[in-house]
Amino acid sequence: MLYIKCPYCGLRAQKEFSYGGDATVKRPNINEEVSSKDWDNFVYMRKSPRGKHIELWQHIAGCRQWIKVQRDTATHEIFQTAKVTEEIR
Amino acid sequence: MSQLFRLNKEGLINRNKKISFTFNGKKLFGYEGDTIASALIANGIHLVGRSFKYHRPRGFFGAGVEEPNAKLQVEFNGHSEPNVNATEMELVEGLSATSQNCWPSVNFDIGAINNFLKMFFPAGFYYKTFMWPKSFWYKIYEPFIRKAAGLGVASIEKDKERYEHKFEYCDLLVTGSGPSGLASAYAAAKNGAKVILAEDKPRFGGTLLTDDVSIDNLSGKDWAEKIITELKSMPNVTVKNRSQVFGYYDHNMLVMFERVSDHLEKKSKFTPRQRLWYIRAKETILSTGSIERPIVFGNNDTPGIFLSAAAKEYMKVYGVLVGKKPLIFTNNDSAYETALEFKKNNVEPIILDTREEHSSEVIDEAKSKGIDIRFSHGVIVANGYKKVKSAKIGKLNKDKNSFERIETVDCDCICVSGFWTPSVHLASQSGNKLKYEEKIDAFIPDKKKQHETSVGAANGSFTLEESLKNGFENGSNLSAKITDTKTEIAIPNVNEKKYGAHDKFWCMPLPKNENPKRFVDFQNDVSVSDIEIALREGYRSIEHVKRYTTLGMATDQGRTSNLNGLQLVSNIENKIVPEVGHTTFRPPFTPITIGTIVGREVGMEYMPTRKTPMHEWHEKNNAVFVDAGAWKRPRYYKQGNETLFEASKREAKNVRENVGICDVTTLGKIDIKGPDAAEFLNRVYTNAWMKLPVGKARYGLMLREDGIVMDDGTTTRISENHYHMTTTTAQAANVLSHLEYYLQIVWPELNVNVVSTTEQWAGAAIAGPKSRDMLSKLYPNLDVSNEALPFMGYKEAEFFGVTSRIFRISFSGELAYEINVKSDHGMFMWEKMMEVGKEFGNQPYGTEALSTLRIEMGHVAGPELDGRTIPSDVSLNGLVSKKKDFIGKNSLGREAFNVESRQKIVGLIPIDRKSSIPEGSHIVQDQNAKLPNPKLGHVSSSCWSVENNNPFSLAIMKDGKNMIGKKFFAVSPLKNKSIEVEVISSHYVDPEGKRVRS
Repeated sequence: MLYIKCPYCGLRAQKEFSYGGDATVKRPNINEEVSSKDWDNFVYMRKSPRGKHIELWQHIAGCRQWIKVQRDTATHEIFQTAKVTEEIR
Repeated sequence: MSQLFRLNKEGLINRNKKISFTFNGKKLFGYEGDTIASALIANGIHLVGRSFKYHRPRGFFGAGVEEPNAKLQVEFNGHSEPNVNATEMELVEGLSATSQNCWPSVNFDIGAINNFLKMFFPAGFYYKTFMWPKSFWYKIYEPFIRKAAGLGVASIEKDKERYEHKFEYCDLLVTGSGPSGLASAYAAAKNGAKVILAEDKPRFGGTLLTDDVSIDNLSGKDWAEKIITELKSMPNVTVKNRSQVFGYYDHNMLVMFERVSDHLEKKSKFTPRQRLWYIRAKETILSTGSIERPIVFGNNDTPGIFLSAAAKEYMKVYGVLVGKKPLIFTNNDSAYETALEFKKNNVEPIILDTREEHSSEVIDEAKSKGIDIRFSHGVIVANGYKKVKSAKIGKLNKDKNSFERIETVDCDCICVSGFWTPSVHLASQSGNKLKYEEKIDAFIPDKKKQHETSVGAANGSFTLEESLKNGFENGSNLSAKITDTKTEIAIPNVNEKKYGAHDKFWCMPLPKNENPKRFVDFQNDVSVSDIEIALREGYRSIEHVKRYTTLGMATDQGRTSNLNGLQLVSNIENKIVPEVGHTTFRPPFTPITIGTIVGREVGMEYMPTRKTPMHEWHEKNNAVFVDAGAWKRPRYYKQGNETLFEASKREAKNVRENVGICDVTTLGKIDIKGPDAAEFLNRVYTNAWMKLPVGKARYGLMLREDGIVMDDGTTTRISENHYHMTTTTAQAANVLSHLEYYLQIVWPELNVNVVSTTEQWAGAAIAGPKSRDMLSKLYPNLDVSNEALPFMGYKEAEFFGVTSRIFRISFSGELAYEINVKSDHGMFMWEKMMEVGKEFGNQPYGTEALSTLRIEMGHVAGPELDGRTIPSDVSLNGLVSKKKDFIGKNSLGREAFNVESRQKIVGLIPIDRKSSIPEGSHIVQDQNAKLPNPKLGHVSSSCWSVENNNPFSLAIMKDGKNMIGKKFFAVSPLKNKSIEVEVISSHYVDPEGKRVRS
């Protein structure tokens, strides 16, 4: 079970969180023209890297905040966590 | 029966307390502190089971977790458990143990004929033999194999015991209380760290209990006791015996299995049987010690053959002799201690040492005590069927591949030692790549992967001095980093014997023309020749060899066989062991009960039960409940002998004709507040929300970004910046997360807050033509006329003195209202409604009637919004705005969503107007067509239309409305039904929606 540092609550067990996918995907702006290709990329296309991956988790059984987690998909090592408004470098 | 093999005084057992038990029906006794194994051996019983494949007689081999053979079916405390390790299970009064895998008895086992047919049972036997004809597999081969294989019998009774889970956090977890573990725990505790020390056995101390050593002038055992006593007195230390750390998971999470009460005669009903600990440790010390490995020789599985350290443990811990004429067969010095222990107890052993004549401290001691030592010797084959009677031994030539002399000596037990294998299982589970240590011919942990530090024998240090030093240093350094405190501890003076080098010898050669079985893995009956066959047939990867031969599989996980198997493969392949590599170590290290894994999550405690404030009323009024997620909802209220069908029909009819009330508390409710709330709703829902006035509700549809309908519900504008959203019961949690996602991540600029209020409000729907009359009685001071409170209107008013919200919304398609009061007032509201509603013929209705009402109206719900439909599929395209953007809008233009023949919602009625159409039926043109019969759609929801008094269903069907008027078949192979149906509109009742506005 992963041990995830919520930037609001501190270290908590994985079972308090729910996974939310790739955090680097940006939704096209509302009311803005978007090509089919860009839209399809946004809805469907995801990278599945082996190694570092910045992803979203929601602390559903805690503060309910969505957070960013930089995790190694092969080893599960977590390098960094951040609020969604913060950058992970 | 007298205990012929019990010593007079040795051992740590309590001789003042006799414990009686039975083995295969025979009454026996042992003492408190015995294991089943030690008590049986004390009674001279060695034959305890039959082997897996050949049904060969098997006895005890080890004295703890390493035991491959002695798995018994044990009955105690009113339950029966299979595959119990006799060397670990403590004796309790009244326990009854029986042998497994033998019929009719362990003494005479018919399956043993396999032993004489062994040439037909080589490695891969099952794979090769039971292949053809294919049809034989299910009826002939599989039942036969199932009957012949397997160990114990699982109980089919309900487990009445209590199991618990516990979550714990600590600075340092120490796994194993041998010398290095004790030292680590002690040093860390002195630094103020929060320490958990776990010991698998009932007694602390590990090898200190059996080794002839002294620490600071105390015997090993006394020193261990002193340290444990001090640790137990420290508030920052938890000391646990009978506790096996069996798994090392991600982020330093370890799982421990505690045997809480199986050894107790009496316990309170609240005492759990076993407890599972999830331990998150900042640092972990792996002081799991090592396991002695055997030397392979002929018939080495005969009862009476032991690991030499196990034989010593039986003497020193249990005061039991494994035999009175022992042969000690070794390639190293440690087995000499076993010989010395025999000698001390007036038993004369013979030592066969594969090494050439040499001397060391312990050899000299043995010599000085007059023990018969034969160098360059080994056991070739053990004689005796159910017990060792003699052994053919040989003097090895210099090449160690042939014999100078062969003779037979009498013996009643053989104690074998092929040196020591560090227990690296936990380290390997943590992700640590192991490395091969030439010096000890075994794998030890390599670079740390998590926060694990292996110390002592688990790290390949086999001297006490090194283990203690290792333990103190690591325990101190690791904890100091956490606590910032460093207490100096003097490393104690150690007195131990110095051992010479071991012999890299692991398998006895065979003389010409002799071919006895030489087992590598006892539990799975894998012999040297099996591994040779696997390699000859081309298996190369050690993982493949393992699976083909089953080497190292099953409950003992190859604890005594893995390295010998690797040695064998590397010899045949002419490789060195590290090139062959090792198989993967996986949790659990030892078998654990299913009950422990499940813990308290059984029956009612499997998941939380959510009950509405009106639940008790429903119960009292014969409600039959249905699960809606975690919620319990009344499905129908049973009157007399009514069936579900009759009751739901009565309830639904009453709503259509009079008035009914329904508990709708379970609907998800979300409070939405903020100046940008309208804008937010406008983006979330497909329809327009900017102009909804205060005091009005609106039906809304929300999509996922891929255009699929996610949920529907009404949202009401309570005040300028305050909205009340409802969701379906099933989607409540998902919708909240969805809204939070967009507010926190996508549009953080919107000033909106959302919070779930599902449990703050109790809700009741009042539906039916007489609902307004009833409402006016419930709110005598309120104008509830169609003008004052129109369809989709909203009002706040006092309900007999309590705050309430009135929504004029309808799911049933009738004139209807929904009243919300604070949860605490839910029961009050409900009872008041029942009282006031009497004169209007009010009856409560459950979810079944609710479904009927919505289905015949053509209102969609979960079965239609099944994660595959877009708004136009379910006739909701009128709610999709063309003017504004919203979540998922861009996806609606996708080609596949816009083809004419796309499956869309329709209604179905049976031609005979009688046959109910099973939900899930497929719609086909020709019911007799050859398979695969082209599927035109499926039946999503079915009901008995109370309005038209015949069955009616909703279906999602190709070409949708274009099919209206045509006839098809709805076939359900599952229910063995095929019903001819006609396609009609999905709005079967009141298609213009007049009633809700009336």
